[in-house]
Amino acid sequence: MLLYATRRFGLALLILIVAVTVMFLMIRAVPGDPVQIMLGPRATPELQARLTAELALDQPIWKQLLIFYGNLVQGDLGIDVFSGRSVTAIVFEQLPHTLALIFASILWSALLGIGLGAYAAAHPNTLIDRIAAALSVSFVAAPAFVVALLSLLIFAVHLQWFPAIGAGEGFWGRLDHLVLPAFAIGLSWVGYIARLVRASMLEVMGESHIRTARAFGIHERRVVMVYALRIAILPVVTVIGVGMGFLLSSAVFAEIVFARPGLGKLVIDSITTRNYPIVMGSVLISTGLFVVSTALADLINAWLDPRARTAA
Amino acid sequence: MTDTLLEIDRLSVDYETARGDLKALRDISFDVRKGEIVGIVGESGCGKSTLISSILRLTAPNTRFRQGEVRFKGQDLLQLPERKMRDLRGADISIVFQDPMQTHNPVLSIGQQMLDIQHRSKAPKADKRARAAQMLGAVGIPDPEARLNQFPHEFSGGMRQRIAIAMALMSEPDLLIADEPTTALDATLEVQIIERLQELQQEFNCAILFISHHLGVIAELCDRVVVMYAGAVVESGEVREIFHDPKHPYTRRLIDCDPGHIKERARVLPTIPGEVPDLANLPGGCIFRDRCDQAMPRCAAEVPPLTQLKDGHHAACWLNHKEAAE
Repeated sequence: MLLYATRRFGLALLILIVAVTVMFLMIRAVPGDPVQIMLGPRATPELQARLTAELALDQPIWKQLLIFYGNLVQGDLGIDVFSGRSVTAIVFEQLPHTLALIFASILWSALLGIGLGAYAAAHPNTLIDRIAAALSVSFVAAPAFVVALLSLLIFAVHLQWFPAIGAGEGFWGRLDHLVLPAFAIGLSWVGYIARLVRASMLEVMGESHIRTARAFGIHERRVVMVYALRIAILPVVTVIGVGMGFLLSSAVFAEIVFARPGLGKLVIDSITTRNYPIVMGSVLISTGLFVVSTALADLINAWLDPRARTAA
Repeated sequence: MTDTLLEIDRLSVDYETARGDLKALRDISFDVRKGEIVGIVGESGCGKSTLISSILRLTAPNTRFRQGEVRFKGQDLLQLPERKMRDLRGADISIVFQDPMQTHNPVLSIGQQMLDIQHRSKAPKADKRARAAQMLGAVGIPDPEARLNQFPHEFSGGMRQRIAIAMALMSEPDLLIADEPTTALDATLEVQIIERLQELQQEFNCAILFISHHLGVIAELCDRVVVMYAGAVVESGEVREIFHDPKHPYTRRLIDCDPGHIKERARVLPTIPGEVPDLANLPGGCIFRDRCDQAMPRCAAEVPPLTQLKDGHHAACWLNHKEAAE
């Protein structure tokens, strides 16, 4: 297991390096002088020259890459062109808000989705199964922005149960502010996970080892919850790992609709102002998050499924 | 009889399907006495698996019990509430399934699964573990203590089947159902498993219901044999009787087809021509009629009853009735 974990994280690091390098080169390939765009047409040549030197744009591309990685391992993502603050500090200031939103969304949608799916699979073709199926499909079909706007309208404006905008203060305040955004971007995941778990469960429940467990008089609850669910959950873990990437992009717009601070809002703001160091820094963190979450998903799967440990 | 353990009494089971009722078992009767090994032989699709799942009541949702009883120690299992039934499974009645590669849970260690099936025992975990290791040792798994921590995929097929036998015998059941336990294994392993089963049967003195389509194994292992065809019993009796003096043409043909029984070099292996009748749309009369080379007009008109010919030897064929002699 330890060997597997080491190897998996080595792979994750490799993916991250490749992704970041590609991203770095792509940004450099965008036409136009970034210094001119950032500083605007009225900047003095001295100012332009200074920023060019600061960003090492006068160096050959491979050297720029080396400098970038050199700074990166020291935790230095560069300096925000406008405020002069360290990009690392700015990004890490916003990161917790986005992480909280993503984890809250995935947590409630996974819990509800797995519960719903497992229940539907344990009672196939009953009324409850059909209701769960109809609900799941409509959850998946409902676009997150519609859910976001409607929930804002219903629960924040009319009923005034939850706050509409901002991130809130203190633990309970933050939690209160998380409810609507997490509901909006998690809802389609509830449906998706429920469908996945149901299909996966029904397949596992038909396997011979389940018949064996029943033939030994093991309680049906244990058969479903341990003998079947532990196997049925495997594809769900993988999907959630990859889904973190999708949730990152959902978070971008949820942060805009609910006027929440976070990585998404930071990226949008910095793209409109062409603040490339911040864009680069945020995208780097997002990529890192994605790579780490897929690696974590694989590790959880390896922990749940002994066959995966030897396979990789 | 007081030493009767399991009595299948006129059992008929249907599967409800879109094509109509599939008559999987029709009027099955036989019994298993304490400490006895009874073999069930028949082609694929003859209802062997339905019979097993009916005894354990682990049937598919579209199963309908149309008539008859499955009496275990005098109690009709088909009338038992699910709770009571669960108490019997794995305690009084155990089963070894056909495919050892699929029979264990792939994500739980063998030790965990062997602990789980001792869920009725109040013994401390360490004792249960020791018991599991002892059982693994009894079926010839080397270094059982350490192997308890391993997962099914780390064992070979033969070992997995021996583990399945160890698990089935752990509760010292009165009845062990072995559903083609050696079919998925190669011939040398088959002999090993059969011998091990024989030894353990002596040691635990349990009755075994041994399902197989391998006549050699049945002859080797069993005291009595039940021959099934298309969901019905066509012949039953002592192994010696059945093999030396089969009273049903189907049994005769089965014996002729057994590779172990072919004495001369044959270019083409013998087969039974024809197919098993459609169970959803059964023809009247004898079910074996279309494949039988001794069929008479009467076979098309009436279903031959399972009648006792000698002590304990039953067959369902009109040839055994007086009219046939004419």
